[in-house]
Amino acid sequence: MIKIENLHASIEGTEILTGINLEVKAGEVHAIMGPNGSGKSTLANVLAGRDEYEVTEGSVDFLGEDLLDMEPEDRSRAGLFLAFQYPVEIPGVSNINFLKTAINEAREKRGEDPMPAKDFLKRVKEKSKLVELDGRLANRSVNEGFSGGEKKRNEIFQMAMLDPKLAVLDETDSGLDIDALRIVANGVNELKTKDNASIVITHYQRLLDYIVPDFVHVLYQGKIVKTGPKELALELEERGYDWIIKELEEVTA
Amino acid sequence: MNETVTLTNKDKFLSHFDLVDFSMDEDFSSDKRKEAMELIQWLDFPTSKAEYWKYTRINKIIKGDYKVSAPENEIEIDLAVPTKNCIVLINGYFSEELSFFDITEGIQFSSLSDAKKSSSILKEKFNSLVKKDEIFADINSAYHQDGAFMHVAKNVQADEPYYILNMVDDSNIISNPRNFIFVEQGANAKVVLKTINTANTGSFTNMVSEIFVEKNAHFEINKIQDEAEDSFQIATEQVVQADDSTFKINTFTLNGAIVRNNLNIDSLGKNTMTYLNGLYPLKGKQHVDNHTYLLHREPNGESHELYKGIMGDSSTGVFNGKVFVHREAQKTNAFQSNANIVMTDTATINSKPELEIYADDVKCSHGSTTGQLDEEALFYLRARGLSKESARAVLVNAFASDVIEQIGVDAVKDEIEKYIDDNYQGIK
Repeated sequence: MIKIENLHASIEGTEILTGINLEVKAGEVHAIMGPNGSGKSTLANVLAGRDEYEVTEGSVDFLGEDLLDMEPEDRSRAGLFLAFQYPVEIPGVSNINFLKTAINEAREKRGEDPMPAKDFLKRVKEKSKLVELDGRLANRSVNEGFSGGEKKRNEIFQMAMLDPKLAVLDETDSGLDIDALRIVANGVNELKTKDNASIVITHYQRLLDYIVPDFVHVLYQGKIVKTGPKELALELEERGYDWIIKELEEVTA
Repeated sequence: MNETVTLTNKDKFLSHFDLVDFSMDEDFSSDKRKEAMELIQWLDFPTSKAEYWKYTRINKIIKGDYKVSAPENEIEIDLAVPTKNCIVLINGYFSEELSFFDITEGIQFSSLSDAKKSSSILKEKFNSLVKKDEIFADINSAYHQDGAFMHVAKNVQADEPYYILNMVDDSNIISNPRNFIFVEQGANAKVVLKTINTANTGSFTNMVSEIFVEKNAHFEINKIQDEAEDSFQIATEQVVQADDSTFKINTFTLNGAIVRNNLNIDSLGKNTMTYLNGLYPLKGKQHVDNHTYLLHREPNGESHELYKGIMGDSSTGVFNGKVFVHREAQKTNAFQSNANIVMTDTATINSKPELEIYADDVKCSHGSTTGQLDEEALFYLRARGLSKESARAVLVNAFASDVIEQIGVDAVKDEIEKYIDDNYQGIK
């Protein structure tokens, strides 16, 4: 589905990603963990196409296309979804109306007719239920006045509405209490099929009790330095990252 | 020996009115004209040295070569105004042919010249609110051709909006439309005051409206300024509000080379509610200047002022809003806000919100913000699949929405929303 090769990216001249290699296949869930400042969010933002980051080397193939060459909206239309770490509040923009515009613009690009209003509303109802998002929130301005948990649920709601091929969840769990976390994780699990995939970026192992990954990667200084099965997350939780860093130093020494 | 007489700008400007015949005017109105002409003798056009005109140069306006022109008799135009009551002025003159009325008990709605013949309230109050030291207002008092008159009797509720269409259909027209609106105690009415220009070149509209909102009355006026691209407009509204009354004005400046709005609410009674809203989506080299003045003279008044600008191309916006709270006006709540989005490097905004408070038990705030479209929000919307253009349009719409929500006339709301949609869908 996505193949990242030797990806280097910098912001304002500072290199953050120093050669990432990662392949995610359909049906898989990959977790990316790592200490603060290791480049986790940068990876998410580079994939989504935020232009503050400059890609200096490497390539990303997404469903046979050169992802790095695409505008953010085209990445979304091709099936990439980023659940933001800090969802933006946009006063005056209705959650539902903008999703309708997004969905219909994507359909138009594919040469399809707009989604009938009835189908759209049915989908809103169904998907907001999935993340237990109050119907009133779905109708309000995007994230305006939402609690932290409501914002994250809204991200998953939007993901459900857009039905992406690859979802990148950027610290969707941070700041959530256990109930909100369960709801969010449950939403993600419900959306999982054999044809889609997700990259779950997280700081805490806790989320991975609910969203069970096929692989766990450790990101350190802009590189993936270790990859293991889901048990690796537990080990990281227990022992922290120092042992990996030490291991790494021994290898390079 | 030949003597050369140098004409001043003012003389040249006033000479445009030499051929206008005011002999049919009523006596009381002729007297007012004479008074105003006297005043004009002592006044001169303001320069940018005057604080009140600091950011708006009027040279282009006063040096224009204009003509005063009654419309040709046969005008075929479908105004498509969604109302049963509409006064149409063409080039400053009342058009009986295009105006239409649905007679309603308790509401007098007519041309100003007709009302001058019969209305005692007009005779009593006409030109009583206008600032005498404002040359453009005096010029209007002295040389207005016609205008709209509205008198809503006590406790009469007007359901339908009343339209005043001020149309210019020729080039280089100078006109001084004059409106007079009196809303009696407990009455309720809404007006749409719209300027449209179907010709292209260099006209100047100098409009004055006097508005009286009596005790416990409610009045809303929606002002749409859709001048030609290189035409000028100065619009002055003089308003008084008696106790317990509500007044709302929504000003939409859509086009015009130089547009200046002087909105003065010189007296507010006890327990009044006042809303001043404005939206100026500008493009090209437009210059729009909104000056507002609000005097809280009595206790328990509340005022909300919200002006928003979307500054495109090389446009210039000016906002100068002054709220004055008299020492008697305790428990006043006055909120003022001016927000602007600057879309290009060449657009400019001068914003000056002012509060002057002499009472000690009040809640007042003012603020001004100027910025670009929120990049974070743009990226968020694009990451969800909205094109760059749509994302920008969505944000511009959202920015304008809280002003648009204030409109109490559905047709106007639709019109402004459509204008924003049409004009900001393709912005870069």
